[in-house]
Amino acid sequence: MGKLQLITKGLIKENPTFVLLLGMCPTLATTTSAINGMSMGLATTFVLILSNIVISAIAAYIPDKVRIPSYIVVIATFVTLLQFVMQAYVPDIYETLGLFIPLIVVNCIVLGRAEAFANKNSVGDSALDGIGIGLGFTLSLTVLGLVREILGSGSAFGWKFIEGDGILAFVLAPGAFLALGYLIVIFRKLTTKKAE
Amino acid sequence: MEYILIIISAIFVNNILLSQFLGICPFLGVSNKLSTATGMSMAVCFVITLATVVTYLLNSLLAKFGLEFLQTISFILVIAALVQMVEIVLKKISPALYASLGIFLPLITTNCAVLGVALTVVQKSSPFAAAADGMMNLGEATVYAFATSLGFGLAMVLFAGLREQLALNDVPKEFKGVPIALVTASILAMAFMGFSGLV
Repeated sequence: MGKLQLITKGLIKENPTFVLLLGMCPTLATTTSAINGMSMGLATTFVLILSNIVISAIAAYIPDKVRIPSYIVVIATFVTLLQFVMQAYVPDIYETLGLFIPLIVVNCIVLGRAEAFANKNSVGDSALDGIGIGLGFTLSLTVLGLVREILGSGSAFGWKFIEGDGILAFVLAPGAFLALGYLIVIFRKLTTKKAE
Repeated sequence: MEYILIIISAIFVNNILLSQFLGICPFLGVSNKLSTATGMSMAVCFVITLATVVTYLLNSLLAKFGLEFLQTISFILVIAALVQMVEIVLKKISPALYASLGIFLPLITTNCAVLGVALTVVQKSSPFAAAADGMMNLGEATVYAFATSLGFGLAMVLFAGLREQLALNDVPKEFKGVPIALVTASILAMAFMGFSGLV
């Protein structure tokens, strides 16, 4: 597999949100606006790249039976680091995303990539894989956040172009499920057409 | 009285699945059949309540030494160990349930509902806490955890029932599987929004 393909596969073919359907909790909970979705995506990408690098480097020394707990400790370490960094430099976003920053530990995408890719491949390839999947996740969260922000509050990336309120339900819980459901359908329609 | 408030709020108003979005993976993954959904809910209920009590005590120990930043790491390890234990016990007591839960039992470790609830109850500003500083006491934390997992079970069972009916219907090709489930969940979440303002 080419190096470029490692990065691009996360965008479409193995898109974590629309194809693999992983990491649904932060996807639904943090995409109330495009900015929030993007911040969550970037935070996850940060953890994903670093944990992929470290896990691929130490995988050979970890006994098979305790590999999952060991991976979780590595991931939790980077999440704690991320919490410190975000508290120091972007306290507003840290406050908005709240509980979902520590919950990156239990994001299936991060552990899934460690188990499915990083422990079998070289450090360089794992880093690229982390970048690719992370970008795919960030992109889909931004798109979902954008759709919900436009419909729900009539603005895009914080820039308001419709006076008054939007369809409030799209900012609240029901809109998250509905928007994601329809986006998956659109994504499937587009990608299957391409294959034919 | 405040216990009743906590229970109603955790089950209906702030339902963990339909308004807090914690534990969506099992919500979409094992809700195809009513029986597995019930089994999963019971396993989650047991783990959430147990894990919250243990991590609450662990947190007071961490707070004593000023090590709160270790919350994330230590909580997830405790939860992983607890899940392993539940797995061993279940294998012995009920092999049928163990076989039907299959892969999803170890996955409770990475179920954000468990860690989410454990982290929620040790946060400084909780609206349900009786104490002035906003910290829940152990009793409140336990009731909150148990009620939350009951809410999880309620949403799981309702959703599984809906999906069993849905399987008999003819849906468009692109909507098959998860998308139609998400649309259904959206309508269910709308129904639960009716409870807001109750507490």
